[in-house]
Amino acid sequence: MDETTPALRIAVLVKHVPDTQFDRHLNGDDRTTDRSESILSELDEYALEAALQLVEAHGGDGAGHRVTAVTMGGAGAVNAVKKSLQIGAHEGVHLTDDALAGSDASGTSRALAAVIRHLGDVDLVLTGMASTDGETSLVPAQLAELLELPQVTFASSLELRHDGGAWHLTARRESDNVAETVESTLPAIVSVTDQINEPRYPNFKGIMAAKKKQISVLSLADVGVDPSEVGHAGAWTRVEDAQPRPARSQGVIITDEGDAGRRLVDFLAEQKLL
Amino acid sequence: MAKVLVYIDTPGENLHKTDRELLTLAATLGEPAVALVGELGDQVAAELGAYGVGAVYQPSNAGLDELLVAGKAAFLAAAAEAADAGAVLLGNTFEAKEIAARAGIRLSSGVITDAVAVDESFAVTKAVFAGSYTVNASVTTGRPIITVKANSVEAAAPQGGTAPAVHPVDVAAPAAARITGRSEKAPSGRPSLDEARIVVAGGRGVDGDFGPLEDLADALGGAVGASRAATDAGWIDHSAQIGQTGKTVSPQLYVSAGISGAIQQKAGMQTAKIIVAINKDPDAPVFEIADFGIVGDLTSVLPQATEEIRKRRT
Repeated sequence: MDETTPALRIAVLVKHVPDTQFDRHLNGDDRTTDRSESILSELDEYALEAALQLVEAHGGDGAGHRVTAVTMGGAGAVNAVKKSLQIGAHEGVHLTDDALAGSDASGTSRALAAVIRHLGDVDLVLTGMASTDGETSLVPAQLAELLELPQVTFASSLELRHDGGAWHLTARRESDNVAETVESTLPAIVSVTDQINEPRYPNFKGIMAAKKKQISVLSLADVGVDPSEVGHAGAWTRVEDAQPRPARSQGVIITDEGDAGRRLVDFLAEQKLL
Repeated sequence: MAKVLVYIDTPGENLHKTDRELLTLAATLGEPAVALVGELGDQVAAELGAYGVGAVYQPSNAGLDELLVAGKAAFLAAAAEAADAGAVLLGNTFEAKEIAARAGIRLSSGVITDAVAVDESFAVTKAVFAGSYTVNASVTTGRPIITVKANSVEAAAPQGGTAPAVHPVDVAAPAAARITGRSEKAPSGRPSLDEARIVVAGGRGVDGDFGPLEDLADALGGAVGASRAATDAGWIDHSAQIGQTGKTVSPQLYVSAGISGAIQQKAGMQTAKIIVAINKDPDAPVFEIADFGIVGDLTSVLPQATEEIRKRRT
Protein backbone atom coordinates (compact mmCIF):
# COMPACT_ATOMS: atom_id res chain seq x y z
CA MET A 1 0.00 0.00 0.00
CA ASP A 2 1.37 3.42 -0.94
CA GLU A 3 1.91 6.14 1.66
CA THR A 4 -0.25 8.67 -0.15
CA THR A 5 -3.09 7.76 -2.45
CA PRO A 6 -4.29 10.07 -5.22
CA ALA A 7 -7.81 11.47 -5.06
CA LEU A 8 -10.52 9.30 -6.60
CA ARG A 9 -13.10 10.56 -9.03
CA ILE A 10 -16.21 8.39 -8.95
CA ALA A 11 -19.17 8.96 -11.27
CA VAL A 12 -22.46 7.43 -10.12
CA LEU A 13 -25.20 7.12 -12.73
CA VAL A 14 -28.57 7.93 -11.23
CA LYS A 15 -32.02 7.96 -12.73
CA HIS A 16 -35.42 9.18 -11.73
CA VAL A 17 -37.97 6.46 -12.30
CA PRO A 18 -41.67 5.97 -11.69
CA ASP A 19 -42.21 4.90 -8.09
CA THR A 20 -42.64 1.12 -8.13
CA GLN A 21 -45.06 1.40 -5.21
CA PHE A 22 -47.69 2.67 -7.63
CA ASP A 23 -49.07 1.58 -11.00
CA ARG A 24 -46.86 2.62 -13.88
CA HIS A 25 -47.87 3.81 -17.35
CA LEU A 26 -46.71 4.27 -20.91
CA ASN A 27 -47.79 7.53 -22.56
CA GLY A 28 -48.41 9.04 -25.94
CA ASP A 29 -47.82 7.98 -29.53
CA ASP A 30 -44.21 7.04 -28.81
CA ARG A 31 -45.17 4.92 -25.76
CA THR A 32 -42.57 6.39 -23.48
CA THR A 33 -42.58 6.15 -19.73
CA ASP A 34 -44.84 8.44 -17.71
CA ARG A 35 -42.44 9.96 -15.16
CA SER A 36 -44.93 12.19 -13.34
CA GLU A 37 -44.62 10.23 -10.07
CA SER A 38 -40.87 9.76 -10.07
CA ILE A 39 -38.21 9.15 -7.46
CA LEU A 40 -34.49 8.34 -7.36
CA SER A 41 -34.28 4.72 -8.48
CA GLU A 42 -34.04 2.51 -5.41
CA LEU A 43 -31.36 0.44 -7.13
CA ASP A 44 -29.18 3.51 -7.78
CA GLU A 45 -29.07 4.26 -4.04
CA TYR A 46 -26.85 1.19 -3.58
CA ALA A 47 -24.38 2.52 -6.16
CA LEU A 48 -24.25 5.92 -4.48
CA GLU A 49 -23.79 4.30 -1.07
CA ALA A 50 -20.96 2.15 -2.46
CA ALA A 51 -19.24 5.29 -3.76
CA LEU A 52 -19.57 7.08 -0.42
CA GLN A 53 -18.24 4.04 1.46
CA LEU A 54 -15.20 3.86 -0.86
CA VAL A 55 -14.49 7.53 -0.14
CA GLU A 56 -14.78 6.88 3.60
CA ALA A 57 -12.50 3.83 3.38
CA HIS A 58 -9.75 5.87 1.71
CA GLY A 59 -9.39 8.97 3.83
CA GLY A 60 -12.85 10.52 3.63
CA ASP A 61 -13.85 13.89 2.23
CA GLY A 62 -10.56 15.46 3.35
CA ALA A 63 -8.61 13.28 0.90
CA GLY A 64 -9.98 15.22 -2.07
CA HIS A 65 -12.09 12.40 -3.51
CA ARG A 66 -15.06 13.47 -5.58
CA VAL A 67 -18.34 11.62 -6.13
CA THR A 68 -20.25 13.00 -9.11
CA ALA A 69 -23.92 12.07 -9.59
CA VAL A 70 -24.73 11.94 -13.30
CA THR A 71 -28.17 11.85 -14.86
CA MET A 72 -29.82 12.58 -18.20
CA GLY A 73 -33.35 13.54 -19.21
CA GLY A 74 -35.90 16.33 -18.98
CA ALA A 75 -36.31 18.89 -16.23
CA GLY A 76 -37.60 16.31 -13.73
CA ALA A 77 -34.50 14.14 -14.11
CA VAL A 78 -32.43 16.54 -12.04
CA ASN A 79 -34.35 15.44 -8.94
CA ALA A 80 -32.33 12.23 -8.89
CA VAL A 81 -29.14 14.33 -8.79
CA LYS A 82 -30.54 16.63 -6.07
CA LYS A 83 -31.42 13.65 -3.91
CA SER A 84 -27.92 12.22 -4.48
CA LEU A 85 -26.34 15.51 -3.37
CA GLN A 86 -28.45 15.41 -0.20
CA ILE A 87 -27.29 11.87 0.51
CA GLY A 88 -23.64 12.84 0.06
CA ALA A 89 -22.48 13.15 -3.57
CA HIS A 90 -20.15 16.13 -4.00
CA GLU A 91 -21.40 17.48 -7.30
CA GLY A 92 -23.95 16.78 -9.97
CA VAL A 93 -24.16 16.64 -13.76
CA HIS A 94 -27.42 16.85 -15.67
CA LEU A 95 -27.36 16.14 -19.39
CA THR A 96 -30.52 17.60 -20.85
CA ASP A 97 -31.53 18.16 -24.45
CA ASP A 98 -34.82 17.94 -26.32
CA ALA A 99 -33.17 15.57 -28.78
CA LEU A 100 -32.72 12.93 -26.03
CA ALA A 101 -36.45 12.15 -25.92
CA GLY A 102 -37.21 8.59 -27.00
CA SER A 103 -33.66 7.27 -26.57
CA ASP A 104 -33.40 3.49 -26.39
CA ALA A 105 -30.66 1.71 -24.43
CA SER A 106 -28.03 2.30 -27.12
CA GLY A 107 -28.84 6.02 -27.41
CA THR A 108 -28.81 6.39 -23.63
CA SER A 109 -25.45 4.61 -23.49
CA ARG A 110 -23.95 6.84 -26.21
CA ALA A 111 -25.09 9.97 -24.39
CA LEU A 112 -23.80 8.79 -20.99
CA ALA A 113 -20.49 7.63 -22.49
CA ALA A 114 -20.04 11.15 -23.89
CA VAL A 115 -20.72 12.66 -20.44
CA ILE A 116 -18.12 10.36 -18.80
CA ARG A 117 -15.56 11.30 -21.47
CA HIS A 118 -16.44 14.98 -20.96
CA LEU A 119 -15.76 14.65 -17.20
CA GLY A 120 -12.31 13.44 -18.23
CA ASP A 121 -10.58 12.00 -15.20
CA VAL A 122 -13.11 9.44 -13.95
CA ASP A 123 -11.53 6.46 -12.14
CA LEU A 124 -14.69 4.50 -11.46
CA VAL A 125 -18.20 4.53 -12.90
CA LEU A 126 -20.81 3.00 -10.58
CA THR A 127 -24.34 2.03 -11.54
CA GLY A 128 -27.24 0.12 -10.01
CA MET A 129 -27.93 -3.45 -11.16
CA ALA A 130 -30.77 -2.35 -13.45
CA SER A 131 -33.16 0.51 -13.78
CA THR A 132 -36.47 -0.33 -12.16
CA ASP A 133 -38.40 1.04 -15.12
CA GLY A 134 -36.81 -0.04 -18.41
CA GLU A 135 -35.80 -3.35 -16.83
CA THR A 136 -33.50 -4.10 -19.73
CA SER A 137 -30.27 -3.65 -17.69
CA LEU A 138 -28.49 -3.08 -21.02
CA VAL A 139 -27.05 0.36 -20.32
CA PRO A 140 -24.12 -0.47 -17.98
CA ALA A 141 -22.85 -3.19 -20.35
CA GLN A 142 -23.22 -0.95 -23.40
CA LEU A 143 -21.50 1.91 -21.61
CA ALA A 144 -18.51 -0.33 -20.82
CA GLU A 145 -18.35 -1.44 -24.43
CA LEU A 146 -18.45 2.17 -25.70
CA LEU A 147 -15.86 3.40 -23.21
CA GLU A 148 -13.75 0.25 -23.71
CA LEU A 149 -13.43 -0.11 -19.95
CA PRO A 150 -13.16 -3.29 -17.91
CA GLN A 151 -16.49 -4.00 -16.27
CA VAL A 152 -17.80 -5.90 -13.28
CA THR A 153 -21.53 -6.46 -13.16
CA PHE A 154 -23.66 -7.48 -10.18
CA ALA A 155 -20.95 -6.85 -7.59
CA SER A 156 -22.10 -7.85 -4.12
CA SER A 157 -18.92 -6.44 -2.57
CA LEU A 158 -16.36 -3.94 -3.83
CA GLU A 159 -12.96 -2.90 -2.47
CA LEU A 160 -10.25 -0.64 -3.85
CA ARG A 161 -6.55 -0.54 -3.10
CA HIS A 162 -3.81 1.71 -4.40
CA ASP A 163 -0.71 -0.25 -5.24
CA GLY A 164 2.22 0.18 -7.58
CA GLY A 165 0.97 3.55 -8.80
CA ALA A 166 -2.50 2.39 -9.79
CA TRP A 167 -5.90 1.73 -8.26
CA HIS A 168 -7.07 -1.88 -8.28
CA LEU A 169 -10.53 -3.22 -7.53
CA THR A 170 -11.62 -6.53 -6.08
CA ALA A 171 -15.28 -7.48 -6.28
CA ARG A 172 -17.41 -10.45 -5.46
CA ARG A 173 -20.09 -11.67 -7.79
CA GLU A 174 -22.68 -14.35 -7.10
CA SER A 175 -24.97 -16.26 -9.37
CA ASP A 176 -27.16 -19.34 -8.91
CA ASN A 177 -24.41 -21.88 -8.74
CA VAL A 178 -21.13 -20.03 -8.46
CA ALA A 179 -19.46 -17.25 -6.44
CA GLU A 180 -16.63 -15.42 -8.19
CA THR A 181 -13.85 -13.06 -7.17
CA VAL A 182 -13.15 -10.52 -9.89
CA GLU A 183 -10.19 -8.16 -10.17
CA SER A 184 -9.35 -5.25 -12.41
CA THR A 185 -7.33 -2.07 -12.55
CA LEU A 186 -9.09 1.30 -12.72
CA PRO A 187 -10.58 3.00 -14.61
CA ALA A 188 -13.46 0.54 -14.64
CA ILE A 189 -17.23 0.39 -14.56
CA VAL A 190 -19.05 -1.56 -11.87
CA SER A 191 -22.73 -2.29 -11.33
CA VAL A 192 -23.70 -3.23 -7.79
CA THR A 193 -26.53 -5.36 -6.43
CA ASP A 194 -28.93 -4.60 -3.61
CA GLN A 195 -26.84 -6.93 -1.40
CA ILE A 196 -23.75 -4.73 -1.34
CA ASN A 197 -24.78 -2.33 1.43
CA GLU A 198 -27.60 -0.63 3.32
CA PRO A 199 -28.08 2.82 1.72
CA ARG A 200 -28.15 5.79 4.11
CA TYR A 201 -30.91 8.38 4.20
CA PRO A 202 -30.25 12.09 3.74
CA ASN A 203 -30.09 13.90 7.07
CA PHE A 204 -30.85 17.55 7.79
CA LYS A 205 -27.20 18.56 7.52
CA GLY A 206 -26.94 16.82 4.17
CA ILE A 207 -30.10 18.47 2.87
CA MET A 208 -28.79 21.93 3.85
CA ALA A 209 -25.30 21.22 2.43
CA ALA A 210 -26.78 20.04 -0.87
CA LYS A 211 -28.11 23.53 -1.58
CA LYS A 212 -24.54 24.80 -1.96
CA LYS A 213 -23.36 21.96 -4.19
CA GLN A 214 -23.00 22.57 -7.88
CA ILE A 215 -25.05 20.92 -10.62
CA SER A 216 -23.55 21.34 -14.10
CA VAL A 217 -26.21 21.39 -16.80
CA LEU A 218 -24.87 20.09 -20.10
CA SER A 219 -26.38 19.89 -23.60
CA LEU A 220 -25.55 17.34 -26.29
CA ALA A 221 -23.38 19.97 -27.99
CA ASP A 222 -21.42 20.43 -24.74
CA VAL A 223 -20.49 16.73 -24.67
CA GLY A 224 -19.97 16.44 -28.43
CA VAL A 225 -22.90 14.19 -29.37
CA ASP A 226 -24.75 14.69 -32.65
CA PRO A 227 -28.52 14.80 -32.01
CA SER A 228 -29.02 12.13 -34.72
CA GLU A 229 -27.17 9.57 -32.53
CA VAL A 230 -29.73 9.72 -29.71
CA GLY A 231 -33.46 10.04 -29.12
CA HIS A 232 -36.01 8.74 -31.62
CA ALA A 233 -33.58 9.48 -34.48
CA GLY A 234 -30.76 7.39 -33.04
CA ALA A 235 -32.82 4.51 -31.66
CA TRP A 236 -31.99 1.01 -32.92
CA THR A 237 -35.28 -0.41 -31.64
CA ARG A 238 -38.87 0.74 -31.85
CA VAL A 239 -41.93 0.00 -29.74
CA GLU A 240 -44.72 -0.68 -32.25
CA ASP A 241 -47.60 -0.86 -29.83
CA ALA A 242 -48.33 -1.32 -26.15
CA GLN A 243 -51.43 -2.88 -24.61
CA PRO A 244 -52.25 -2.76 -20.91
CA ARG A 245 -52.38 -6.38 -19.82
CA PRO A 246 -55.81 -7.45 -18.67
CA ALA A 247 -55.79 -7.49 -14.87
CA ARG A 248 -55.61 -10.94 -13.34
CA SER A 249 -58.94 -11.79 -11.87
CA GLN A 250 -59.35 -13.37 -8.50
CA GLY A 251 -60.09 -17.07 -8.58
CA VAL A 252 -61.44 -19.36 -5.89
CA ILE A 253 -60.46 -18.55 -2.31
CA ILE A 254 -61.10 -21.16 0.36
CA THR A 255 -60.43 -21.26 4.08
CA ASP A 256 -58.59 -24.33 5.37
CA GLU A 257 -60.88 -26.67 7.26
CA GLY A 258 -58.32 -29.44 7.56
CA ASP A 259 -58.51 -30.62 3.94
CA ALA A 260 -57.09 -27.62 2.02
CA GLY A 261 -53.92 -29.53 1.06
CA ARG A 262 -55.99 -32.24 -0.64
CA ARG A 263 -58.26 -29.63 -2.29
CA LEU A 264 -55.14 -27.93 -3.60
CA VAL A 265 -54.09 -31.21 -5.22
CA ASP A 266 -57.60 -31.58 -6.71
CA PHE A 267 -57.17 -28.12 -8.26
CA LEU A 268 -53.73 -28.99 -9.66
CA ALA A 269 -55.14 -32.22 -11.13
CA GLU A 270 -58.00 -30.26 -12.80
CA GLN A 271 -55.40 -27.92 -14.30
CA LYS A 272 -53.37 -30.93 -15.50
CA LEU A 273 -50.37 -29.77 -13.50
CA LEU A 274 -49.60 -33.09 -11.81
CA MET B 1 -32.99 -18.12 -45.93
CA ALA B 2 -31.04 -16.01 -43.46
CA LYS B 3 -29.09 -17.69 -40.70
CA VAL B 4 -30.46 -17.29 -37.21
CA LEU B 5 -27.54 -17.54 -34.81
CA VAL B 6 -28.22 -19.08 -31.40
CA TYR B 7 -25.72 -18.34 -28.61
CA ILE B 8 -24.98 -21.39 -26.46
CA ASP B 9 -22.64 -21.23 -23.47
CA THR B 10 -20.99 -24.39 -22.13
CA PRO B 11 -23.58 -27.01 -23.05
CA GLY B 12 -21.91 -29.84 -21.12
CA GLU B 13 -22.88 -33.34 -22.19
CA ASN B 14 -26.36 -32.49 -23.41
CA LEU B 15 -28.08 -29.31 -24.51
CA HIS B 16 -29.99 -27.45 -21.82
CA LYS B 17 -33.74 -27.05 -22.08
CA THR B 18 -33.45 -23.34 -22.89
CA ASP B 19 -30.92 -24.10 -25.65
CA ARG B 20 -33.38 -26.55 -27.22
CA GLU B 21 -36.13 -23.94 -27.00
CA LEU B 22 -33.96 -21.36 -28.75
CA LEU B 23 -32.99 -23.83 -31.48
CA THR B 24 -36.66 -24.71 -32.01
CA LEU B 25 -37.52 -21.01 -32.30
CA ALA B 26 -34.55 -20.34 -34.63
CA ALA B 27 -35.72 -23.09 -37.00
CA THR B 28 -39.10 -21.33 -37.37
CA LEU B 29 -37.37 -18.04 -38.27
CA GLY B 30 -34.60 -19.12 -40.64
CA GLU B 31 -31.66 -21.46 -40.91
CA PRO B 32 -30.41 -22.23 -37.38
CA ALA B 33 -26.68 -21.81 -36.67
CA VAL B 34 -24.87 -21.78 -33.33
CA ALA B 35 -22.21 -19.60 -31.70
CA LEU B 36 -20.78 -21.86 -29.02
CA VAL B 37 -18.53 -21.11 -26.06
CA GLY B 38 -17.04 -24.19 -24.36
CA GLU B 39 -16.49 -27.76 -25.45
CA LEU B 40 -18.48 -29.27 -28.29
CA GLY B 41 -18.95 -32.93 -27.40
CA ASP B 42 -20.08 -35.58 -29.90
CA GLN B 43 -23.46 -35.91 -28.22
CA VAL B 44 -24.14 -32.16 -28.40
CA ALA B 45 -22.90 -32.01 -32.00
CA ALA B 46 -25.37 -34.77 -32.91
CA GLU B 47 -28.19 -32.98 -31.08
CA LEU B 48 -27.41 -29.71 -32.88
CA GLY B 49 -27.50 -31.54 -36.21
CA ALA B 50 -30.88 -33.00 -35.27
CA TYR B 51 -32.20 -29.45 -34.73
CA GLY B 52 -31.10 -28.58 -38.28
CA VAL B 53 -27.96 -26.68 -37.31
CA GLY B 54 -25.55 -26.73 -40.25
CA ALA B 55 -22.80 -24.50 -38.86
CA VAL B 56 -21.26 -24.07 -35.40
CA TYR B 57 -18.95 -21.11 -34.71
CA GLN B 58 -16.39 -21.44 -31.92
CA PRO B 59 -13.68 -19.06 -30.66
CA SER B 60 -10.28 -20.09 -32.00
CA ASN B 61 -8.53 -18.85 -28.85
CA ALA B 62 -9.14 -20.25 -25.37
CA GLY B 63 -9.43 -18.22 -22.16
CA LEU B 64 -12.49 -16.15 -23.04
CA ASP B 65 -14.27 -17.58 -20.01
CA GLU B 66 -12.21 -15.70 -17.46
CA LEU B 67 -12.79 -12.36 -19.19
CA LEU B 68 -16.31 -12.04 -17.81
CA VAL B 69 -18.83 -11.17 -20.49
CA ALA B 70 -16.68 -8.85 -22.59
CA GLY B 71 -14.79 -11.68 -24.27
CA LYS B 72 -17.93 -13.68 -24.94
CA ALA B 73 -19.63 -10.62 -26.43
CA ALA B 74 -16.65 -9.96 -28.69
CA PHE B 75 -16.84 -13.58 -29.86
CA LEU B 76 -20.61 -13.46 -30.45
CA ALA B 77 -20.29 -10.28 -32.52
CA ALA B 78 -17.47 -11.82 -34.59
CA ALA B 79 -19.50 -15.02 -35.08
CA ALA B 80 -22.57 -13.04 -36.18
CA GLU B 81 -20.46 -11.33 -38.84
CA ALA B 82 -18.75 -14.58 -39.92
CA ALA B 83 -22.18 -16.23 -40.28
CA ASP B 84 -23.74 -13.09 -41.81
CA ALA B 85 -26.57 -13.82 -39.38
CA GLY B 86 -29.99 -12.30 -40.04
CA ALA B 87 -30.67 -12.33 -36.31
CA VAL B 88 -29.12 -13.50 -33.04
CA LEU B 89 -31.02 -15.29 -30.26
CA LEU B 90 -29.87 -15.71 -26.66
CA GLY B 91 -31.40 -16.89 -23.40
CA ASN B 92 -32.66 -14.32 -20.93
CA THR B 93 -30.25 -14.77 -18.01
CA PHE B 94 -28.50 -11.68 -16.61
CA GLU B 95 -25.27 -12.76 -18.30
CA ALA B 96 -26.93 -13.43 -21.65
CA LYS B 97 -28.52 -9.96 -21.55
CA GLU B 98 -25.13 -8.37 -20.91
CA ILE B 99 -23.56 -10.31 -23.77
CA ALA B 100 -26.44 -9.21 -26.01
CA ALA B 101 -26.02 -5.59 -24.91
CA ARG B 102 -22.34 -5.50 -25.74
CA ALA B 103 -22.65 -7.43 -28.99
CA GLY B 104 -25.29 -4.86 -29.94
CA ILE B 105 -22.77 -2.02 -29.66
CA ARG B 106 -20.13 -4.00 -31.59
CA LEU B 107 -22.59 -4.83 -34.38
CA SER B 108 -24.41 -1.45 -34.31
CA SER B 109 -27.56 -3.49 -33.82
CA GLY B 110 -30.66 -3.04 -31.71
CA VAL B 111 -31.19 -5.36 -28.74
CA ILE B 112 -34.54 -6.46 -27.30
CA THR B 113 -34.66 -8.42 -24.03
CA ASP B 114 -37.34 -10.47 -22.27
CA ALA B 115 -39.03 -11.68 -25.47
CA VAL B 116 -41.90 -14.13 -25.04
CA ALA B 117 -42.57 -14.45 -28.79
CA VAL B 118 -40.69 -13.64 -32.01
CA ASP B 119 -42.34 -13.69 -35.46
CA GLU B 120 -40.85 -14.27 -38.95
CA SER B 121 -40.07 -10.56 -39.35
CA PHE B 122 -38.30 -10.67 -35.95
CA ALA B 123 -41.00 -8.55 -34.32
CA VAL B 124 -40.89 -9.26 -30.59
CA THR B 125 -43.63 -9.54 -28.00
CA LYS B 126 -42.61 -8.78 -24.41
CA ALA B 127 -44.07 -7.68 -21.11
CA VAL B 128 -42.91 -4.45 -19.46
CA PHE B 129 -43.46 -2.88 -16.04
CA ALA B 130 -43.61 -6.24 -14.35
CA GLY B 131 -46.22 -7.60 -16.73
CA SER B 132 -48.62 -4.66 -16.60
CA TYR B 133 -48.15 -3.93 -20.33
CA THR B 134 -47.65 -6.19 -23.34
CA VAL B 135 -45.45 -4.49 -25.91
CA ASN B 136 -44.62 -5.30 -29.53
CA ALA B 137 -41.18 -4.03 -30.44
CA SER B 138 -38.78 -4.44 -33.32
CA VAL B 139 -35.16 -3.81 -34.12
CA THR B 140 -34.81 -1.07 -36.74
CA THR B 141 -31.00 -1.04 -37.13
CA GLY B 142 -28.57 -3.89 -37.71
CA ARG B 143 -29.03 -7.61 -37.05
CA PRO B 144 -31.81 -8.06 -34.48
CA ILE B 145 -30.37 -9.36 -31.18
CA ILE B 146 -33.10 -10.86 -29.04
CA THR B 147 -32.99 -12.49 -25.60
CA VAL B 148 -35.86 -14.94 -25.16
CA LYS B 149 -37.42 -15.94 -21.84
CA ALA B 150 -37.44 -19.61 -20.90
CA ASN B 151 -40.70 -21.53 -21.56
CA SER B 152 -41.70 -19.11 -24.37
CA VAL B 153 -41.66 -21.92 -26.94
CA GLU B 154 -42.12 -25.65 -26.59
CA ALA B 155 -38.84 -27.38 -27.49
CA ALA B 156 -39.34 -29.69 -30.50
CA ALA B 157 -38.03 -33.25 -30.39
CA PRO B 158 -34.77 -33.43 -32.37
CA GLN B 159 -34.94 -35.58 -35.51
CA GLY B 160 -32.08 -37.24 -37.40
CA GLY B 161 -29.69 -34.80 -39.02
CA THR B 162 -25.96 -34.80 -39.47
CA ALA B 163 -23.32 -33.24 -37.23
CA PRO B 164 -22.72 -29.59 -38.19
CA ALA B 165 -19.54 -28.12 -39.67
CA VAL B 166 -17.37 -26.26 -37.13
CA HIS B 167 -15.95 -22.84 -38.03
CA PRO B 168 -13.27 -21.23 -35.81
CA VAL B 169 -13.64 -17.49 -35.25
CA ASP B 170 -10.69 -15.26 -34.28
CA VAL B 171 -11.41 -12.93 -31.37
CA ALA B 172 -9.15 -10.18 -30.04
CA ALA B 173 -9.25 -10.06 -26.23
CA PRO B 174 -11.06 -6.87 -25.16
CA ALA B 175 -10.43 -4.76 -22.02
CA ALA B 176 -11.96 -6.77 -19.25
CA ALA B 177 -11.92 -7.57 -15.57
CA ARG B 178 -10.56 -11.03 -14.75
CA ILE B 179 -12.11 -13.76 -12.69
CA THR B 180 -9.43 -14.74 -10.17
CA GLY B 181 -11.42 -16.99 -7.88
CA ARG B 182 -14.43 -19.21 -8.27
CA SER B 183 -16.32 -21.45 -5.86
CA GLU B 184 -19.18 -23.64 -7.00
CA LYS B 185 -22.22 -23.74 -4.75
CA ALA B 186 -23.61 -27.15 -3.88
CA PRO B 187 -26.17 -28.14 -6.53
CA SER B 188 -29.72 -28.45 -5.20
CA GLY B 189 -30.76 -31.12 -7.71
CA ARG B 190 -33.79 -28.97 -8.58
CA PRO B 191 -34.40 -27.18 -11.88
CA SER B 192 -33.16 -23.58 -12.05
CA LEU B 193 -35.70 -20.85 -11.30
CA ASP B 194 -35.31 -19.38 -14.79
CA GLU B 195 -36.27 -22.66 -16.45
CA ALA B 196 -38.64 -24.33 -14.01
CA ARG B 197 -42.20 -25.16 -15.12
CA ILE B 198 -43.27 -25.05 -11.48
CA VAL B 199 -42.04 -22.69 -8.76
CA VAL B 200 -42.85 -22.96 -5.04
CA ALA B 201 -41.96 -19.70 -3.30
CA GLY B 202 -41.98 -18.67 0.34
CA GLY B 203 -41.89 -15.40 2.24
CA ARG B 204 -42.03 -13.99 5.74
CA GLY B 205 -44.74 -16.48 6.72
CA VAL B 206 -42.35 -19.40 6.23
CA ASP B 207 -40.68 -18.27 9.45
CA GLY B 208 -37.28 -19.76 8.79
CA ASP B 209 -38.15 -23.30 7.65
CA PHE B 210 -38.25 -23.88 3.89
CA GLY B 211 -38.53 -27.68 4.42
CA PRO B 212 -42.27 -27.97 3.61
CA LEU B 213 -41.74 -25.86 0.45
CA GLU B 214 -38.77 -27.96 -0.69
CA ASP B 215 -40.77 -31.16 -0.16
CA LEU B 216 -43.68 -29.85 -2.27
CA ALA B 217 -41.30 -28.55 -4.96
CA ASP B 218 -39.63 -31.98 -5.12
CA ALA B 219 -42.98 -33.77 -5.36
CA LEU B 220 -43.93 -31.49 -8.25
CA GLY B 221 -40.49 -31.42 -9.90
CA GLY B 222 -40.27 -27.68 -9.35
CA ALA B 223 -37.83 -25.03 -8.16
CA VAL B 224 -37.86 -23.17 -4.83
CA GLY B 225 -38.03 -19.37 -4.77
CA ALA B 226 -38.43 -16.71 -2.11
CA SER B 227 -39.52 -13.15 -1.46
CA ARG B 228 -36.96 -10.54 -0.50
CA ALA B 229 -38.08 -10.72 3.14
CA ALA B 230 -37.08 -14.40 3.24
CA THR B 231 -33.69 -13.94 1.54
CA ASP B 232 -32.87 -10.86 3.63
CA ALA B 233 -33.65 -12.90 6.75
CA GLY B 234 -31.02 -15.39 5.60
CA TRP B 235 -33.45 -18.32 5.44
CA ILE B 236 -32.48 -19.13 1.86
CA ASP B 237 -29.78 -18.11 -0.63
CA HIS B 238 -30.14 -14.67 -2.21
CA SER B 239 -30.14 -16.27 -5.67
CA ALA B 240 -33.64 -17.64 -4.89
CA GLN B 241 -35.14 -14.15 -4.72
CA ILE B 242 -38.10 -13.44 -6.99
CA GLY B 243 -39.38 -9.91 -7.53
CA GLN B 244 -38.41 -6.41 -8.52
CA THR B 245 -34.77 -6.77 -7.48
CA GLY B 246 -34.50 -10.50 -8.02
CA LYS B 247 -35.57 -12.87 -10.74
CA THR B 248 -38.65 -12.68 -12.91
CA VAL B 249 -40.28 -16.04 -13.50
CA SER B 250 -43.13 -17.11 -15.79
CA PRO B 251 -43.78 -20.73 -14.86
CA GLN B 252 -46.88 -22.81 -15.62
CA LEU B 253 -47.59 -22.92 -11.89
CA TYR B 254 -46.47 -20.55 -9.14
CA VAL B 255 -47.22 -21.55 -5.56
CA SER B 256 -46.91 -18.58 -3.21
CA ALA B 257 -46.67 -19.60 0.45
CA GLY B 258 -46.55 -17.07 3.28
CA ILE B 259 -45.92 -14.14 0.90
CA SER B 260 -48.19 -11.12 1.25
CA GLY B 261 -47.72 -10.19 -2.41
CA ALA B 262 -46.68 -6.54 -2.31
CA ILE B 263 -46.16 -4.96 -5.71
CA GLN B 264 -42.38 -5.60 -5.71
CA GLN B 265 -42.97 -9.34 -5.30
CA LYS B 266 -45.79 -9.40 -7.88
CA ALA B 267 -43.31 -7.87 -10.33
CA GLY B 268 -41.42 -11.15 -10.40
CA MET B 269 -44.29 -13.61 -10.85
CA GLN B 270 -47.53 -12.15 -12.15
CA THR B 271 -47.04 -13.52 -15.65
CA ALA B 272 -47.18 -17.08 -14.26
CA LYS B 273 -49.93 -19.08 -15.96
CA ILE B 274 -51.56 -20.35 -12.75
CA ILE B 275 -51.02 -18.78 -9.33
CA VAL B 276 -51.82 -20.62 -6.11
CA ALA B 277 -51.55 -18.67 -2.85
CA ILE B 278 -51.47 -19.86 0.74
CA ASN B 279 -51.51 -17.23 3.48
CA LYS B 280 -52.86 -16.92 7.01
CA ASP B 281 -54.04 -13.37 6.33
CA PRO B 282 -57.29 -13.32 4.30
CA ASP B 283 -56.51 -9.71 3.28
CA ALA B 284 -53.08 -10.51 1.77
CA PRO B 285 -52.86 -8.77 -1.64
CA VAL B 286 -51.62 -11.98 -3.25
CA PHE B 287 -55.19 -13.35 -3.13
CA GLU B 288 -56.27 -10.62 -5.59
CA ILE B 289 -54.25 -12.31 -8.34
CA ALA B 290 -54.49 -15.95 -7.23
CA ASP B 291 -56.36 -18.50 -9.32
CA PHE B 292 -56.69 -20.66 -6.23
CA GLY B 293 -56.21 -19.23 -2.74
CA ILE B 294 -56.13 -20.92 0.62
CA VAL B 295 -56.51 -18.97 3.84
CA GLY B 296 -54.62 -21.23 6.18
CA ASP B 297 -51.38 -22.33 7.78
CA LEU B 298 -48.74 -23.36 5.24
CA THR B 299 -47.13 -25.74 7.75
CA SER B 300 -50.23 -27.94 7.62
CA VAL B 301 -51.48 -27.26 4.06
CA LEU B 302 -48.19 -27.89 2.22
CA PRO B 303 -47.28 -31.24 3.86
CA GLN B 304 -50.84 -32.50 3.30
CA ALA B 305 -50.63 -31.54 -0.38
CA THR B 306 -47.20 -33.18 -0.74
CA GLU B 307 -48.44 -36.40 0.85
CA GLU B 308 -51.57 -36.40 -1.35
CA ILE B 309 -49.49 -35.96 -4.54
CA ARG B 310 -47.21 -38.86 -3.56
CA LYS B 311 -50.25 -41.03 -2.70
CA ARG B 312 -51.93 -40.35 -6.06
CA ARG B 313 -48.78 -41.23 -7.93
CA THR B 314 -48.31 -44.67 -6.39
